[in-house]
Amino acid sequence: MIVKGKSSWASSLGMVLGLLTAITMAIGMYLGLVYAPKDVIQGNAQRIFYIHVPMAWVAFLAFGVVFLAAILYLWKRALIWDQIARSSAEIGLVFTTLVLVTGSFWGRPIWGTWWTWDARLTTTLLLWFIFLGYFMIRAYAGDRGRAATYSAVIGIIGFFDVPIIYESVNWWRTLHPESVVSVTSANMPGEMVVALMVCLLGFTLFYLYLMIQKFGIERMKDQLIDYQYALSEREAEGVTTA
Amino acid sequence: MKGGLAKISMIIWKDLLTEIRTKELFGGMLIFAVLTIITFNFAFDMTGTGKEASGAGAMWVAFNFAGFLGLGRSISLERDKGSFDGLLLCPVDRGTIFLGKFIGNLLFISLVELISVPIFAALFDLNVFQPLLLLALFLGTLGFAAVGTLLAVMAASTRSREVLLPVLMFPILLPVVIASVRVTTLILTGQTNDVGAWLNLLGAYDVLFLAISYAVFDRVVEE
Repeated sequence: MIVKGKSSWASSLGMVLGLLTAITMAIGMYLGLVYAPKDVIQGNAQRIFYIHVPMAWVAFLAFGVVFLAAILYLWKRALIWDQIARSSAEIGLVFTTLVLVTGSFWGRPIWGTWWTWDARLTTTLLLWFIFLGYFMIRAYAGDRGRAATYSAVIGIIGFFDVPIIYESVNWWRTLHPESVVSVTSANMPGEMVVALMVCLLGFTLFYLYLMIQKFGIERMKDQLIDYQYALSEREAEGVTTA
Repeated sequence: MKGGLAKISMIIWKDLLTEIRTKELFGGMLIFAVLTIITFNFAFDMTGTGKEASGAGAMWVAFNFAGFLGLGRSISLERDKGSFDGLLLCPVDRGTIFLGKFIGNLLFISLVELISVPIFAALFDLNVFQPLLLLALFLGTLGFAAVGTLLAVMAASTRSREVLLPVLMFPILLPVVIASVRVTTLILTGQTNDVGAWLNLLGAYDVLFLAISYAVFDRVVEE
């Protein structure tokens, strides 16, 4: 009964978040596609930036959550941290894929190439591979506890590795446009900043919405495994006593 | 600490003794490294001006491949015969076991390099015997062995471990590959200005990943 109460609470929070996400993203799309001025140099191709940057932010946010949850899992050994970590990792992997794809779409008209080996692109690609490894080791680990521990290690190593990969490729060669938004001064028209901020908010809400959904699914998966285990034990008991 | 050192050297000695008796690891790694170098000689044009850059790349790819082979084999040997469980039952700290396995792996890969570097130098006609280059070789191998020992232990207890180890290791090792190849190329072409920065990067990577591997090893072998 308690479990049921919890899940209905989570599902109503999920509904509210979903609604908020839809509204914010709709406003964000309007601001990005209509309200914000056309870029003088890049033209309309620049508008992909209103989804590309927020998706990159969500990917890094997701992997940051994986890192923290992974440390907490290795420390506390509570399954909930692994459920959070793997939910977030999956969202992060999806968004990293989207970042790579949208970046390519932008790079083709602006740079004249789909891909270039600059620091950010290479780091993002390597991050994608590290988290592909995260899910591969989960799939091959066999045992639930082992999958959780091993993937937690990959999550932690990946988090530390990313800045080093970035630095090393940066020294190697670089071409990506410099960050245009900093805390002190935004180097673009006000309308663009507003559109970007609303999109960032929308995608962050989207991340939270997905997290709640995914976390619920992962928790149910674990419960199912527990039930199956208990059931098979009971059956085995029945066989031995009979 | 003195007792710790004795325990570490016991673990290393155990691995060396196993290798002396079975001869399963070293020969295969060495031949594999040399064959990779030979294959690269045909894959790239080694007569032209860019042979320093391609040569540095060929050397590091050869050592990485041979390293994967060695790491995977050294741990699966332990797992297959159940000796790893015995090792874990020993009344020693798990960190000590990690250090023993790590230094053992470092030793094996270094021995392979010790023999294949002169062969590489002769085949490619490059002067690789320079102190800074050898330092880069050592630092790169150290980082490889630190991450590799941890990941190999993890990969060994999964299905399809041979596939999993390189898939996990290649992306994580990229900074080591970039820095090592860069240092080697710079030294071979005589541009020694930026070498210090790359060596620092290698050193920082080694320290960081040795610390992480040491810290989480205990949790990994618990499973």
